[in-house]
Amino acid sequence: MAEEKDEKKFTTISIPTPLAEKIKKRIKGTGFTSLSSYVTYVLREVISGVEEEHEEAFSKEDEERVKDRLRALGYLD
Amino acid sequence: MPRPHGGKLIDRHINRHIKKQLEEIKKLPKLEINTNLSEDIENIANGVFSPLNGFLCRNDLESVLNEKRLADDTPWTIPILLDVDKRDIPNVNEGDSIILKSKENGVIATIDIQEIYTFNKESLAKLVYGTTDSSHPGVANVQNMKPYVIGGNISLIKSTPSTFDKYNLSPKETRFLFKQKGWKDIVAFQTRNPPHIGHEYVQKTALTFVDGILINPIIGKKKKGDFSDEVILASYETLMKHYYLKERAVMSILRTSMKYAGPREAIHHAIMRKNFGCTHFIVGRDHAGVGNYYGPYDAHDIFSEFPDLGIIPLFFRSFSRCTKCGSVVNEKICPHDQKYHINFSGKKIRELLQNGEIPSEDMMRKEVAETILKFEKPFVE
Repeated sequence: MAEEKDEKKFTTISIPTPLAEKIKKRIKGTGFTSLSSYVTYVLREVISGVEEEHEEAFSKEDEERVKDRLRALGYLD
Repeated sequence: MPRPHGGKLIDRHINRHIKKQLEEIKKLPKLEINTNLSEDIENIANGVFSPLNGFLCRNDLESVLNEKRLADDTPWTIPILLDVDKRDIPNVNEGDSIILKSKENGVIATIDIQEIYTFNKESLAKLVYGTTDSSHPGVANVQNMKPYVIGGNISLIKSTPSTFDKYNLSPKETRFLFKQKGWKDIVAFQTRNPPHIGHEYVQKTALTFVDGILINPIIGKKKKGDFSDEVILASYETLMKHYYLKERAVMSILRTSMKYAGPREAIHHAIMRKNFGCTHFIVGRDHAGVGNYYGPYDAHDIFSEFPDLGIIPLFFRSFSRCTKCGSVVNEKICPHDQKYHINFSGKKIRELLQNGEIPSEDMMRKEVAETILKFEKPFVE
């Protein structure tokens, strides 16, 4: 996909014309005001969806400190 | 467990990251700040406001106001600003570092000043609160802000003590706790009131489908007539002791002030709970609203603008007790006419409690009401 810097905040991305036409039809009567707003929405959804689950990286020292505090406060037995 | 907002849990505690000698830091110019700002600093330092490392610079502020996102496209709806009067920081320029201190607790943090700039109060109020009416408490706060804003990263030197330290957990701690409990799906419930039966119904309905619930009262500046923080915490302690499984519910506080920004604040509330490690967030009717400034479900609708928020909102509309069903119901599950419905009126419950009366058990658990009535002054004066 060719990319070209359009202005400071936005970039132009090329997509096949038939796809663009399909999207234009699809967004009629929805809350999307333009092809760009629809594509932005979908891409944000896709990008956030591929983020993996997070495994917190605790140092040994951190873990002990957190564990001790949670025990002292009664959150952990 | 969800990734922290923006991908990384922020930690801005000075002792863990900055090697400068404290003695050297103490020589820096000092700026006195209020309680709300010191709470913001703690929330940045502890990662509650991840991915923020500090107070917003102009490009982020403009993006938050116009796009409801930080300049890097991360969803963010409430400006976190350090307002100053230039007279308070004479001879201080961009590129300098200063100390932030409070009257009560002395030195709190440092800020590396990236930018000092002005902002348009009217435009900020209109975009964040949807109004410029000074009767709106959030707008009034904006109007009272100082004319300049400092943007830049902070480093926390000393946490401010909390009266409720027992309940004051950081995102690092809640995340560790959830992991220890074996919870993967966690729903957060935000509150600023003692629980009535309707709240309990909403919480337990949500809890049925996840592993645990984080009851997360907001502790901080409130309006006159609101229930006091002590009352809210004690009433939830009572409810949890008598009516919740210990292994399924946790309560910790969130120290921040209510902004009453309705839909924008609902997103902000969800982001903070995502940082605490929650996967779901309960959004009720007129969430974070005040007066008639927002539609009852504006705070639901706004979530459709954020497919990349990373926390699932659970929307609840109306709920009431149906005398025909003999249980608490919502509009999706009860076929009976409104005449059979008793609404959970916070106002009515408050009036009864103000008169020293215990509300009916259809409205509030007896143990909860008794706990509230033990307080001589349950309301903010």
